[in-house]
Amino acid sequence: MALSSEQGNRFADLLKGHEDTVIASWTDEISRTVRGRLSRAELQRQTSELQKGFQTALSGGASDLNDDAAAELRAQLTELSNTRARQGFTANETAVSVFALKEAVFQVIKGGEDADTATLRDYIGFSAFVDRAALFTFDTYVRIREELIADQAEQLLELSTPVVKLWEGVVAVPLVGTLDSARAQVVMERLLQTLVDTGSPYAIIDITGVPAVDTQVAQHILKTVVAARLMGADCIISGIRPQIAQTIVALGIEFGDIATKASLADALRHVLRLTGTKRQER
Amino acid sequence: MTTWDGAAAAERVAITSDQDVVRVRQLVRTLAVAVKLSLVDQTKIVTAASELARNTLVYGGGGNAEVSRVDNGRKPGIRIVFADEGPGIPDLDLALTDGYTTGGGMGLGLSGARRLVDEFEIDTEVGKGTTISVTKWCR
Ligand SMILES: Nc1ncnc2c1ncn2[C@@H]1O[C@H](COP(=O)(O)OP(=O)(O)OP(=O)(O)O)[C@@H](O)[C@H]1O
Ligand SMILES: [Mg+2]
Repeated sequence: MALSSEQGNRFADLLKGHEDTVIASWTDEISRTVRGRLSRAELQRQTSELQKGFQTALSGGASDLNDDAAAELRAQLTELSNTRARQGFTANETAVSVFALKEAVFQVIKGGEDADTATLRDYIGFSAFVDRAALFTFDTYVRIREELIADQAEQLLELSTPVVKLWEGVVAVPLVGTLDSARAQVVMERLLQTLVDTGSPYAIIDITGVPAVDTQVAQHILKTVVAARLMGADCIISGIRPQIAQTIVALGIEFGDIATKASLADALRHVLRLTGTKRQER
Repeated sequence: MTTWDGAAAAERVAITSDQDVVRVRQLVRTLAVAVKLSLVDQTKIVTAASELARNTLVYGGGGNAEVSRVDNGRKPGIRIVFADEGPGIPDLDLALTDGYTTGGGMGLGLSGARRLVDEFEIDTEVGKGTTISVTKWCR
């Protein structure tokens, strides 16, 4: 049942008239669900702001949460979802923060003398309005959490592919775990960027931590090597364990003239020998 | 939790995303360790499974893999059956040629997978789909 503007006005008046009582019991209700993770003063501040938001929306003639008069309230609810999601509260706990307003208002109505049929009918409309607000909060919470998770996954991706400067003129990237396309892309970009930043002529790609090298992984590595070459850098692939070497051969993958070494130490030795001879030639 | 105890123990994985390919790979590795394949053979069967699972996803438009422990009376082994209801492979000899690809790959997945396993059976029909069964026995 949608809220008429007269009903909305009556509730706006009720919220204003019983401001302190509503805020107090609303805050109580929320503190029960968040149990000490937010201070009472903090909750009190939030509920009194929300109470004003509801009041303004209703007195402005909002009969639905999508109405223009409720724009400010929607912004407040979004903000609530945002902070709750970042503070690690559940979707349930976040939605309850809004739902609890119904209980608080009901207490006020029940306490008054005028709990007649008309008031109860009004209350149903108001209740539906609050439900919409709580569901809006719920949806917003879910969307924000998804964004947070995607951000974190991206950060993890960055963290799990460190490119290190191993020696003067030598950078190395140790690959660990499954090298899917998304990670391979990150690895390639970071390696190429580090080559530019450090002006290194050599890069070592260490695959000791990669459990299986299939055609997809091999293709990603080969593309990285070719791109590095175009930038004037030479790549060495290290950490090829016996079982990986045999599998690569059976699969038919050829690394062509790319230098490959059993261990990272071997690869570094190889590079130092190359740079050493260059120096002597001079 | 998979136990792989009975000879008929089998597990089916739907292949509809990249994550599913990773899941097939992990399942195969777990079973390969359980039937005590050598480290080299573990790596070979995992790699073959990775290739075939990705083909099922990319060319077959998705499908499933059934991973099971098998026994021929003398030795245990592992069998994986990949099935899709995709376009099928019109020219199998061509598809099994090293370097042949219709998707910008290396063209080594199918032919390479055949070399990585002990038994390789393929059943494909244009417009119907493709089923590939691979087996690796303990030595
Ligand atoms: N399940 C399938 N359904 C339909 N066509 C397939 C299927 N599997 C393979 N093919 C065809 O066979 C070709 C060769 O497959 P193969 O796995 O050897 O190479 P690729 O996947 O193209 O590249 P790579 O595996 O080396 O990255 C594919 O390009 C595709 O045309
Ligand atoms: Mg393939």
